[in-house]
Amino acid sequence: MYNKVVMDHFRNPRNVGVIENADGVGEVGNPICGDMMTIYLKVKDERIEDIKFQTFGCGSAIAVSSMLTEIARGKSISEAKKITNQDVANALEGLPKNKLHCSNLGADALHLAIEDYESKKAGKPRSPLKRKETHEHQTEGKCHCPYCDVELEEGAQFCEACQRSLVEEH
Amino acid sequence: MPIINLDHISSNPLMPEVKEAMIAAIAADYHNPSSQHRAGEAAAAVLEQSRETVAALIHAANPKEVVFTSGGTESVNHAVKGVMLANTKKGRHVVISNIEHNAVIRSVRRLKGLGYQVTSLDVDAKGCVNPADVAAAITDETILVSIMHSNNETGTIQPIEEIAEITRKKKVIFHTDAVDSVGVVPIDVQSLGVDLLSFAANSFYGPTGVGGLYIRQGTNVWPLLDGGTQENNKRAGAENLIGIIGMAKAAEIARQKLPERMAYLKRLKSRLINALPGYIDDYIINTPENSLPNLVSLSLRYIEGESVMLMLDDEGMAVSTRSACASGSLRASHVLLSIGLSHADAQGTLVITLGIDNTEADIDAFLKALQKVVKTLRDISPLYQKA
Repeated sequence: MYNKVVMDHFRNPRNVGVIENADGVGEVGNPICGDMMTIYLKVKDERIEDIKFQTFGCGSAIAVSSMLTEIARGKSISEAKKITNQDVANALEGLPKNKLHCSNLGADALHLAIEDYESKKAGKPRSPLKRKETHEHQTEGKCHCPYCDVELEEGAQFCEACQRSLVEEH
Repeated sequence: MPIINLDHISSNPLMPEVKEAMIAAIAADYHNPSSQHRAGEAAAAVLEQSRETVAALIHAANPKEVVFTSGGTESVNHAVKGVMLANTKKGRHVVISNIEHNAVIRSVRRLKGLGYQVTSLDVDAKGCVNPADVAAAITDETILVSIMHSNNETGTIQPIEEIAEITRKKKVIFHTDAVDSVGVVPIDVQSLGVDLLSFAANSFYGPTGVGGLYIRQGTNVWPLLDGGTQENNKRAGAENLIGIIGMAKAAEIARQKLPERMAYLKRLKSRLINALPGYIDDYIINTPENSLPNLVSLSLRYIEGESVMLMLDDEGMAVSTRSACASGSLRASHVLLSIGLSHADAQGTLVITLGIDNTEADIDAFLKALQKVVKTLRDISPLYQKA
């Protein structure tokens, strides 16, 4: 199902872990959608000196996280801001169509981490990250259509944008 | 690398005896059982002999109550749509449960589009339907109740006899999808009291692409396929005799060896469940006591099932996952949400299904591989808080 590049990054993910006292942290996704990703940045002279990730998700989500960190490492903040989800998917030489939403998490997490870094630098640190509690039943949260990436309400059964059914249940 | 199959619910290997019987059937080059010449009659004799053998596995009163189909999906579609379409004079209401297989769910969804009414019942935390809920759901308009015999994700065995008592009293037709039960646990259609029962040959080490539908004599059901008069006018199309011969051989062996197989599978299942705490923590077993002897549903917290499945594949283990990410729909399993699992826990759920070809060494190898994979993925997971 996955190509060799994706499987390589899944089997041997690069830059896994946490950076203590990170200069920027970005977290996206929630377990309802199937993936959660956290990106940690260490920035020196406006350049990403170190980057690490933690991911809860499928093979594609892990590979995307790994590839994203490889692309972003060493880049200047302004360069890193320009990294798109498509860049990550391209570097992985493609993802199965219904997994493209996984690649969207990667760049989003990076951009949130950069935002966090810039807020801190400007002296207005964001409120501490609230990690989502996964033990409880979650009933709200936003998801994106796995096929066309339109934002959907949780519980949506049909994507109007691409006319595809999103449910297996009754 | 040899692959250890712990995904028997997706595919069981053919028994060597079944392979032999099918190869002999190919060599015999049977004619069409519906033809009236001698070549056709020879084929018809083999077909009816196979029907007797298969009927014996489910203890049907009359072999003619068994209709051969192309497998579990066709049997279920035939039962649900065939009964609903044939009985519209009485009503248009069907009762199912929230944990039915998609063959049932999508069949009734299609009927709903044609103006039929569907009531889908909740299950308890063990994945069990409450017979009282079935009784309460039945109205004067109800023509069919369809509740599965055992669930393919949790292994839960449903109180089919009790439900059948209710449907009999209320004069409603009762179908049970027993695809994962027939040939795995004892099934007696007469003592169960069902009107229709779906099953498939691959569940008992027969070929894929062949199954059966038990239709109690006198049950009003339309064919799903119209055409010739095969299968006592219940299923048109020349029979898949090679597959049916394979199914009959598998049924014959399953009937003889059922107690032995059950005891063996139960032993492997206990070995797996009992040893788990020595290898991993933070998991949930979703399989209750009264369940299939070959199925373990295991939710691994803080990690996602497709990743686990892919990494276990690298370790030479085939398992199935109920993760949304691994399904085409990217939605959490309706069965696991129905028994009350959170989305995150449903995401990390494996369905391990054992077979008679598994050994104790397979279980031990699986536990070691699982320990390694769980650790690797939890080290990556932002949800896992290290103690």
